[in-house]
Amino acid sequence: MTAAFIHPFTGFFEKTFVITEFELRKLRHDFTELVTRALQPALWLLIFGQVFSRSGAMHTGNIPYLDFIAPGILAQSVLFVAIFYGINVIWERDLGIVQKFLASPTPRAALVLGKGFSAGIRTLSQAVVVYGLSLLLGVKLNWSPLALLNVLVVVVLAATLFSTFSLIIACIVKTRERFMGVGQVLTMPLFFASNAIYPTAMMPGWLQTISRLNPLTYVVDALRTYMLAGSPSTFSLSQDYAVILLTTTILVFVGARLYPRLAT
Amino acid sequence: MTEIVLDLQALTRRFGAFTAVDSLSLSVNAGEVFSLLGSNGAGKTTTIKMLTTLLPPSSGEARVAGFSITTQAVDVRRSIGYVPQAVSVDGSLTGYENLLIFAKLYDLPRGQQQARIKEALEFMDLSAESGRLVSQYSGGMVRRLEIAQSTLHRPRVLFLDEPTVGLDPIARDAVWKHLVDLRTNYGTTLFFTTHYLEEAESHCDRIAIMHLGKLDALGTCKELEDSLGGGSHTLDEVFVHYAGSALDSGGTFRDVSAERATAQRLG
Repeated sequence: MTAAFIHPFTGFFEKTFVITEFELRKLRHDFTELVTRALQPALWLLIFGQVFSRSGAMHTGNIPYLDFIAPGILAQSVLFVAIFYGINVIWERDLGIVQKFLASPTPRAALVLGKGFSAGIRTLSQAVVVYGLSLLLGVKLNWSPLALLNVLVVVVLAATLFSTFSLIIACIVKTRERFMGVGQVLTMPLFFASNAIYPTAMMPGWLQTISRLNPLTYVVDALRTYMLAGSPSTFSLSQDYAVILLTTTILVFVGARLYPRLAT
Repeated sequence: MTEIVLDLQALTRRFGAFTAVDSLSLSVNAGEVFSLLGSNGAGKTTTIKMLTTLLPPSSGEARVAGFSITTQAVDVRRSIGYVPQAVSVDGSLTGYENLLIFAKLYDLPRGQQQARIKEALEFMDLSAESGRLVSQYSGGMVRRLEIAQSTLHRPRVLFLDEPTVGLDPIARDAVWKHLVDLRTNYGTTLFFTTHYLEEAESHCDRIAIMHLGKLDALGTCKELEDSLGGGSHTLDEVFVHYAGSALDSGGTFRDVSAERATAQRLG
């Protein structure tokens, strides 16, 4: 055995980044998915956003409606990309790839978190698209480097969160058909029961309660605070970060427990 | 004294009321080429999954390279290589990248990684193709890359589940030539399942025949042929004698479709 002694903690992050690195190498070989993904946020901002902005039905306070939904649409496109990420591990299971990784000494949590991070980095292209469209539509953006950095961090963390959630579903349902069904059922409620395209103040009480339990609400709140010039956070940024990080940690832990089910 | 690298003690796996592997006990010596034969659904793949720590046993125990599969799973994983029946390299990466990721996951020292990968590629006759995406490889090349990937860290035991399914005879011979070389050069113990009796006959030191989860026969090819008594017998006759006609089992729908999908991808 030629392996050197590896500290469990650094070893874990090292393995996580190995998994991420190779997921991203795949992207380098074929980046068409980045182009096709750009379409959805464009439709939401250019059509839905423009129409509702004219209707005046949404009361978004001092912020114009288009400014209000730009961060919401970024959060939404991160959600939509990440929530179907689990289909990849089902594909890798139908081949023998998952089995081979599970038979290696790699910590299960590193396999899960590595895939989550790669989903996170993949969705950064969506941030570029939404910023481009926002410029085009005259959204007042906050260009401070610290704010931009935080947007990137929140996007990566949010994608990690939802792609890990997706991976957990994949571990439970195990087949592509069932996965697509469950994915469709979950996406829309997560999206509509959040503050992405309307303020939670407009919601009936029961929906407000649900939206407070929805991690997407905190993602949107953080993105809205960092992306826009002069939009204070509803919950406080520390609470947003705390909810996102805690949820991600729990999901990675659960995912690591369930991942071996894919090999059986 | 020969060292035992695989030691199975009443290894059992149940799925609900169904017993897939029923109290399997056997041992394999270091450097041995050992084949598990049996019809579909005999419990071969379940056995391999338990030994590679992918599936916990319902009862019983096994030690792989001296480590317990139930309490020392990570040590077992460091000591083995595994080539599943289905295609297990990533078609959207190059051959080189498929090896590099495993070099990193198995903690090969950074300074040795490139040399080890180069050696593995040469050993498996894949050097010229290492920069191409694996999705463009032929079936035989895919299998050879999988073997290279699973042996990069020089495992004590290499598990192969139907390593030549879906390959034409020339590709099968090439895969076997490399497997035999592995044993000769590195002393790797090979534990594999197959449907092809002639492969077991020409390459194995010993054969175990499983039927409906139980071990029915165990020995060298010659011993098994002699065990039938009354003149000379072929391994085919031995197989039919112990495993029965293939009609009474056959595996699940998922087993059969997975096998055909693999054959299609490699063919």
